[in-house]
Amino acid sequence: MTDMELATLVPDPLEEVAPPRRQHGAAAWAVWLARRLGLALLTLWLVSVLVFLATAALGDPVRAILGRDYNSNPGRVAQLEAQLNADDSLVSRYFSWLGGLLSGDPGTSLANQRPVWEQISSSVVNSAVLVLLAAAVMIPLAFVVAMISVHYRRRRPDTVIQTILLAMAGLPEFVIGVLLIALFATTVFHVLPAVTISSPNGHPWDNPKAMVLPTLTLVLWVAPYVSRIVRASLLEVIDSDYVELARLKGIPEKVVMRKHALLNAIVPGIQVIALQLAFLAGGVVIVETLFAYPGIGRLLVDSVRNHDVPMVQALSMIIASVYVVVNLVADLLSILLTPRARTAISS
Amino acid sequence: MSTETAPPPPAVAPAEPSTFRKALRQKRFTVGLTITLLVVGFVIFAPYFAPYGESEVVGPPYSKDGFLGTDYLGHDVLTRVMYGGKEILIIAVFGTILGMALGTAIGVIAAYAGGWWDEVIMRFNDVVLAFPQILLALLVLTAIEQPSAWILILLVGVSHAPRVARLARGVALGIVSRDFVIAAEALGEKRSRVILAEVLPNMNAPLLAEGGLRLTFSIGLVGSLGFLGFSTDLGAANWGQMIQENRLGLSTQPWAVLAPVLMIAIFCIGTNLMADGIAQVAQRGEN
Repeated sequence: MTDMELATLVPDPLEEVAPPRRQHGAAAWAVWLARRLGLALLTLWLVSVLVFLATAALGDPVRAILGRDYNSNPGRVAQLEAQLNADDSLVSRYFSWLGGLLSGDPGTSLANQRPVWEQISSSVVNSAVLVLLAAAVMIPLAFVVAMISVHYRRRRPDTVIQTILLAMAGLPEFVIGVLLIALFATTVFHVLPAVTISSPNGHPWDNPKAMVLPTLTLVLWVAPYVSRIVRASLLEVIDSDYVELARLKGIPEKVVMRKHALLNAIVPGIQVIALQLAFLAGGVVIVETLFAYPGIGRLLVDSVRNHDVPMVQALSMIIASVYVVVNLVADLLSILLTPRARTAISS
Repeated sequence: MSTETAPPPPAVAPAEPSTFRKALRQKRFTVGLTITLLVVGFVIFAPYFAPYGESEVVGPPYSKDGFLGTDYLGHDVLTRVMYGGKEILIIAVFGTILGMALGTAIGVIAAYAGGWWDEVIMRFNDVVLAFPQILLALLVLTAIEQPSAWILILLVGVSHAPRVARLARGVALGIVSRDFVIAAEALGEKRSRVILAEVLPNMNAPLLAEGGLRLTFSIGLVGSLGFLGFSTDLGAANWGQMIQENRLGLSTQPWAVLAPVLMIAIFCIGTNLMADGIAQVAQRGEN
């Protein structure tokens, strides 16, 4: 990843800072926080409009559900249309859906007539565990690889690492997943299970071995990308004046790396990791389907195949919210960790 | 590639060929370009050399007959692989072109208009960014019985657009305040002409790099959709869909899954190397 891309990809936290005001300290913070929260809520609301329009206005779900039966089964058509309130205007349908969503009742599934929330809740937990597990492995791994690479910068090991990372960074998640399955589960070795089998009441992590391949797929999918960005920002820091000064003062290279370089490379790292967490939330769609992991991704794919509009709407809202929330948290953390930005707000 | 990002009249200094020539000196660019051209050539010409018909049953399912064996319905796997790249190639290329055109337009207009317009356009852009690309595609596919090629191209393009727009805006912001743009405005040039003749030609290199990266993601996205069972023709050979169809036979006849997976992997590595080569040229141009 080049510095140029880094600069455009990673939003500068200072960009979001409210223009300097005359208030001091806490008041300025409160204003900044309120503005940032307000923007997040506005984004979430627009996300809900988009989710609703894409699922309810672009096509005819009833026709899609019934397929060839559409013309021969007017009773079923009427029943489904009644359930979707197809006679109401788009606007009133949107607001009744939004009202339900806000009061914690996102509707009833068209496929099996059970409440949406009852089916989703356990999947949300399962997916969250998978994503957090992947992140917990991926983040340290990406940083360690980047640091090794920077240690040997512009020498052979660095070139080799970067070439491997570059080749891996372009691979889609299903390619990585299938290759891992072939390698560890079916064709070469038979050491890990290829699918997650869990009882309806149990959790997928009851069998830890089954978690390895889905987690590893997500890690290998995202880590190369993060590692390249961290390396780029580490290189930039390492060439800066204050790191040079620290070296000239005679501080050992290891300490320079740890105390001066790494800490300053973490802030851009946070923004990248936030983007990647949102990326992972999208990645679970394919990975969970591939490994039959009982999470929201697989549920979403099944619901899309069944044209189950209420389920798809609720699941999309959850996945899109991850991006909004994670971005908000990342902005907050970056501000808190950057003294320059802290003073910009409170002065 | 050059026609979508660089429509300048010949009077303007042609920046694109020099970017290309500089990129050719990059080892990773030439390697990537070679791989990509080989895969594209394979996709276009392989069907003429296929040993069997696309949907011809040649033996029992998951047998070892032929070079790569047979698939779940007894089709020859080699034949299916030779036929199966068409949909991915067409939809990925056109989806990328559409996404680049849309995204560049949005980003440049936001940067050039500035102020309130910039704020509103980028806010909406952020909303679409909240959807992972695969989710945006699935969302629309919910209410559609069988997607056509046009819908898939549109979905791929629209899901790229906000990401391209973000980059295009960033690059354009650095250009709109430069002297030659201000000079063109002072001369009374029309806004559309300033954008087309002054701003866009100077965004060539970063946009080309982004285009290569987007093409890589398009291939993954179309492959993923095929893997999930969303393709224009369920009977036709399609690399993404082959993975789905033959998954259960992975332990008995791995080639039915591995062959299309490896084709997609090679294609992605090729386009990604190419994109990174251009990105390095673009970055050097900056400094």
